[in-house]
Amino acid sequence: MDSATSDLTGTRPPLRSTADNGLKIVIVGGFGVGKTTMVRSVSDIRPLNTEETMTRAGEGVDNADDVPSKTTTTIAFDFGRISLNDRTVLYLFGAPGQERFWFLWDRLFTGTLGAVVLVDTRRLVDSWYAIDRLEQHGMPFIVARNDFGGPHYSAEDVREALDLPDDIPLIECDARSRESSKEVLITLVNHLYTLSSSARESTT
Amino acid sequence: MKRPGRDDDPDRLYTVTGGRSRSGTDAFDLVTLVVSESEPTPGMQSEHASILRICRSPTAVVEIASDLGLPVSIVRILLGDLHAAGRITARHPRTAASADQLPDPEILKQVLVGLRNL
Repeated sequence: MDSATSDLTGTRPPLRSTADNGLKIVIVGGFGVGKTTMVRSVSDIRPLNTEETMTRAGEGVDNADDVPSKTTTTIAFDFGRISLNDRTVLYLFGAPGQERFWFLWDRLFTGTLGAVVLVDTRRLVDSWYAIDRLEQHGMPFIVARNDFGGPHYSAEDVREALDLPDDIPLIECDARSRESSKEVLITLVNHLYTLSSSARESTT
Repeated sequence: MKRPGRDDDPDRLYTVTGGRSRSGTDAFDLVTLVVSESEPTPGMQSEHASILRICRSPTAVVEIASDLGLPVSIVRILLGDLHAAGRITARHPRTAASADQLPDPEILKQVLVGLRNL
């Protein structure tokens, strides 16, 4: 019986029986920017992969014979998890920032605590779209630049290139390092804490 | 071995869910933790039986989808069946979003403590 379970779950260690609260953080970035590397650095388990599909009716009439067109959107994403205490488990999702991904955001990532936009300073343009969409979704985020070597740009240069407001943290990281990736997550959660506590104060 | 899911024949997914393409509710979040309340029984649909085996310890919806090689939306339908039959229980996330949608500071504090202790 037990072998039948491990056939399905591989070598993944089970969660504690007391685990009852799953939380989400999403790491968004272009292809090859190090999302999966970062998930792997901090995850308790080897990153897993899954996907979601969604069929949408086509928008507008775009063919002559009046047959409503349908588009099937499929996105694949990696994820890992960190058990924070007996009850709380943090799931980290590495998600592609491309356009079709955002059609599935609400369906998959409602309730996400916040996002990390992982950028490569050699390809900053790749992250413009993701930053726009996070702002549109009202999803709090920070920006982490993964150090690939190469020319060094100052934080001001990067902030300007991304048109990033001063109150959004921008940090450097090495996605291969557990300590560095942990620091990225701590920076995000600190930022969320600041936003959340000041929002509470202003409403009471 | 090919990665499951993407290239699957749509007919197969249709069969797995008995023709349904939507779950009745969106009750199952990606990170809802699912726990089996019974063992598989003979003759049970194989996907249902697999879920009951996987969820002997709490398992997130997204992990189940990955283990079964099925899209998340299909897994939500299967979980809906098992939940309606009382064969699983669901531990939903308590993000406790406030009116402005930001997470509860108390939860964030717990997350910080947990991350610092890694």
